[in-house]
Amino acid sequence: MYITIVLLPLVSAIVAGFFGRFIGSKGAQFITTSSIGLTFLLSSFAFYEVALSGSPCYVTLFPWMDSGILFVSWGFMFDTLTVTMLVVITSISFLVHMYSIEYMESDPHIPRFMSYLSLFTFFMLILVTADNFVQLFAGWEGVGLASYLLINFWFTRLQANKSAMKAFIVNKIGDFSLSLAMYTIFLVFKSLDFATVFALAPSFYNNTITLFNMEVDALTVIGILLFIGAVGKSAQIGLHTWLPDAMEGPTPVSALIHAATMVTAGVFLIIRCSPLFEYAPFSLMVITFVGSITAFFAASIGLVQNDLKRVIAYSTCSQLGYMVFACGLSNYSVSMFHLFNHAFFKALLFLSAGAVIHAMNDEQDMRKMGGLVSALPITYSMIVIGSLSLMGFPFLTGFYSKDVILEIAFAKFTIEGTFAHWLGTISAFFTSFYSFRLIYLTFLNNPQSNYNTFIKAHEPVFFMLIPLFLLGFGSIFIGYITKDMFIGLGSDFWGNAIYISPNNLNMIDAEFLPVNIKLLPVIFSISGATLSVILYTLFAKNIVTFKLSPIGKMTYGFLSKKWYFDKVYNEYVVQKLLDFGYNVSFKTLDRGLIEVIGPYGIANTINAFVKRFTNLQSGYVYHYAFVICISLTFFIFFYGLWFMIQDLFDIKLFFLFIINLLFISSKY
Amino acid sequence: MLYIKEYFFVSMVIFLLGMIGIILNRKNLILMLMSIELILLAINLAFITFSVHLGDIKGQIISLFVLTVAAAESAIGLAILVAYYRVRGTIEVQKMNRLKG
Repeated sequence: MYITIVLLPLVSAIVAGFFGRFIGSKGAQFITTSSIGLTFLLSSFAFYEVALSGSPCYVTLFPWMDSGILFVSWGFMFDTLTVTMLVVITSISFLVHMYSIEYMESDPHIPRFMSYLSLFTFFMLILVTADNFVQLFAGWEGVGLASYLLINFWFTRLQANKSAMKAFIVNKIGDFSLSLAMYTIFLVFKSLDFATVFALAPSFYNNTITLFNMEVDALTVIGILLFIGAVGKSAQIGLHTWLPDAMEGPTPVSALIHAATMVTAGVFLIIRCSPLFEYAPFSLMVITFVGSITAFFAASIGLVQNDLKRVIAYSTCSQLGYMVFACGLSNYSVSMFHLFNHAFFKALLFLSAGAVIHAMNDEQDMRKMGGLVSALPITYSMIVIGSLSLMGFPFLTGFYSKDVILEIAFAKFTIEGTFAHWLGTISAFFTSFYSFRLIYLTFLNNPQSNYNTFIKAHEPVFFMLIPLFLLGFGSIFIGYITKDMFIGLGSDFWGNAIYISPNNLNMIDAEFLPVNIKLLPVIFSISGATLSVILYTLFAKNIVTFKLSPIGKMTYGFLSKKWYFDKVYNEYVVQKLLDFGYNVSFKTLDRGLIEVIGPYGIANTINAFVKRFTNLQSGYVYHYAFVICISLTFFIFFYGLWFMIQDLFDIKLFFLFIINLLFISSKY
Repeated sequence: MLYIKEYFFVSMVIFLLGMIGIILNRKNLILMLMSIELILLAINLAFITFSVHLGDIKGQIISLFVLTVAAAESAIGLAILVAYYRVRGTIEVQKMNRLKG
């Protein structure tokens, strides 16, 4: 059963991908959706068996790499963390598959699309079920690949091509760091198995390794490298730029990959490596700062975005920031709980946004929508549920995890904890502001779209509505149902999957905070939502005047240009690198030095020499005789005096002469 | 007592004269043949000198051989010269550059 969970999506991907032309669109849709549905069913059984009944399962198939002390096998580990991720991935993936049946119905490449979706699911399952770092890395790279393929699904669109390449390349930076982390782990622990590494982690506490000629703490280096990997995949500040651009892909893809599952791989990695991070306090601090800054900055950018999907994308980025700083504060279970809840309401938001976009003839700009509440009442209610859940409205799913995150941040009583708490609370305000801005502009505002589009706007039917209903149900109740299981005090749900150092435990402190601190996030959320609605209903004109005033222009420009991250990256990193690549490494090194020393240089030298030697060949007998005479004299001279002059001649000197000759005679 | 130094000096001077004759001569091919004869004779002289000096007969025998070869060589050279004159109508060394690559 456990291997079937992993392999079934692969089988369905292969069938839909390679034999799609034989089984047709309907066949591909049926096979992939039913396989993923079956996988979800099996995952639920696994969840019951592993998580609820508390019996982790380890399956080792066969060796993969066996070289010296490096031994890596294909092994699958099903502990609580894994099966929780399994349930999230397979349920969301199943619903997205089902949703795609209707959403993509007019697309000519349905089998390919379904195959990519299943392939993505397969790689994600490989990632979460891995029992060693190498296999995790294989899944990690695989989801990057699937993400590239899916963003680039409409490959005739230039913007999609660019976004896909950006996603792939930016992710590669994180992947590179993750591979460096793997090398460091192997250097320190001489093993890549999770079980070995995590069991040995305490004994390497305060050990140092030499890095760039400096003695640094080994676990801190590993932690920070792992975290940079997570930064790439989970779109934290610095490497987040790919996530909003990835919205060029089809909406189900955004829901599946860029909201619910793939972007949580980084958070999953951090939670999985909790035994390492717990012994690297400095890297935990870095994680907290980066996470809270991400939460804040993404929420602030989300305030002014006009693209429906981009608002939700920045919201995802912001929520990932919450998850990451919860990890940084050593509350991995809370982070995982938020990940679990977030998957439901963010998938709901994306799928509802997809329904809106579908109804509006692929229009994504919120300023050109409005008044859709009468046309799309079900979608409207779903978006409202999702948004309320996202902003942590009391007793909806998001409330349970988000409030706990902010409470533990406050209850940490350290600089980074307070920093995270304040940025998180302000982000909660922003979150509700942009969520209600989205709802207002899309549904409540006066209709801004053209007449024909608006008249034809209609609710989706069966296959798109079922996922919405199920996710809506999840967004309301999941948090309430699972809270005590995931983060209840003394819950043994996590078993050995998560390790929290006793020094870092602060759940009890969080329970007994003053009431006003506990209420702060909710107050901020509700005031943000109210402010947003009031501003956009009563003071819409004033918003425009504010945007046109000098200070408004500055702030609005700063936010809508995404804090100038893209500008700075393009102008100061990418452009410089391209220039370097063209001028230095291509023109000077590749086409210059290498060719002068290599093929062209030798050919030209020989040509030039041959010309000179030809001139030497005058044909006059007396010239030949002269040359013979002179050369003989020189030979005899050198032969006789070799013991005196041998020190002047060095092999290196000859080498230099030869290189010089190449340059003199080359035409470049 | 043989004045070996003086004899060898004479031989060397003659050799160099022959050498210079070959190198500096721009006009006449016959002069070149004569220079070659001169070189061979210089070598002969050196052979004989050292043969006498070392009391070894082999040098004198080789010098006889060299004389024979020199005679044959000058005969062949003169024959080539005559044939060349018939073809090109000149024996100027400066115009003999058909070997030029």
